[in-house]
Amino acid sequence: MTVSLVVVSHSRRLAEGLAELVEQVVQGRVRVAFSGGAEDGRLGTSAADIRRALDEVDGPDGVLVLMDLGSAVMSAEVALEELPEERRRRTRLVDAPVVEGAVAAAVEASLGSELDAVARVAEQARSQPKLGG
Amino acid sequence: MGGIVLDCERNLRWLERLAGLLAEQAGPLTELDAAIGDADHGINMERGFNAVKERVLAQAAGKDLGTVLKQVGTTLVSTVGGAGGPLYGTFFLRMGQSADGKSELDARELRDALAAGVEGVRQRGRAQPGEKTMLDALVPALEALDAALAAGSDNRAAWEAAARAAEEGSRATVPMLARKGRASYLGERSIGHQDPGATSSALLIRSLAEVVG
Ligand SMILES: Nc1ncnc2c1ncn2[C@@H]1O[C@H](COP(=O)(O)OP(=O)(O)OP(=O)(O)O)[C@@H](O)[C@H]1O
Ligand SMILES: [Mg+2]
Repeated sequence: MTVSLVVVSHSRRLAEGLAELVEQVVQGRVRVAFSGGAEDGRLGTSAADIRRALDEVDGPDGVLVLMDLGSAVMSAEVALEELPEERRRRTRLVDAPVVEGAVAAAVEASLGSELDAVARVAEQARSQPKLGG
Repeated sequence: MGGIVLDCERNLRWLERLAGLLAEQAGPLTELDAAIGDADHGINMERGFNAVKERVLAQAAGKDLGTVLKQVGTTLVSTVGGAGGPLYGTFFLRMGQSADGKSELDARELRDALAAGVEGVRQRGRAQPGEKTMLDALVPALEALDAALAAGSDNRAAWEAAARAAEEGSRATVPMLARKGRASYLGERSIGHQDPGATSSALLIRSLAEVVG
């Protein structure tokens, strides 16, 4: 059982940097795809590019999708709606901080947890205090 | 009301005209977005509609209305880049679904297609009128169209009323507090600026009114 991740950002460089951060933790044990930037390389999101990322890591155990701001969420929703029914059921958008959520979810996925558990960990990243609070 | 108000040829003229208006207004739309967003709305819309021209309009011969509108939607969701991508993309996809398989629409069918598009924007963005978004132009346009058609206005007058309502609606976003999208991060400081998305929506309705009237 290994859940895959897709991270959607407006910025290709942010996506690439996050890929580096996540890769260091999971060392190839979890498949992670990134979608970042508009078609012409400016900042933005694209449902077609998100679909490409979803296709890249799709698998029977499911895919968790994390998004940064604004249109990233709406574009991911468009991409999700266009998936075939069977894949839509195993693809989940999660409301989580993208950096902390991606790292936490990747670790959880690498432990072999199922989609629900990985999603929960990503959501909980929001309430993890950073300053010992 | 029985007459045809939108056929394939007029549909293409509408989309060409809209692409032209968005290219012409790209600077001003981006300036509006610079005040309350991230200074890209005009750039985004121009990029999206350039792709529509190349990938859809240039190959539209022989295709029915629904197909062309859906292709516009699919192109926008992957090329606009900003919120306008999923929002206008959904608008055109829903309009296309409403006109599925048809090559001509009468006044009622066009009204229903517009209503389906506006409902798509509402669902996609989870916004309501009054929150300083495209809906503040689109919803008044639809209401004005319905009121005019119910009052027995001819098609030209009804669409002129819709276009005016969209333009007034976009100006009415100036005193609004933004509650959706990037402008919402500004809170009170979003007040006093016209919403870029409502402004591009008014261009959309105006260009449609020009071809159906
Ligand atoms: N949730 C929403 N519902 C309806 N309209 C919205 C919503 N969010 C943003 N908009 C509209 O989108 C316009 C901004 O479009 P633009 O192309 O600049 O996207 P953006 O905000 O830069 O996108 P992004 O979220 O990618 O940064 C706003 O002026 C507003 O009218
Ligand atoms: Mg913008």
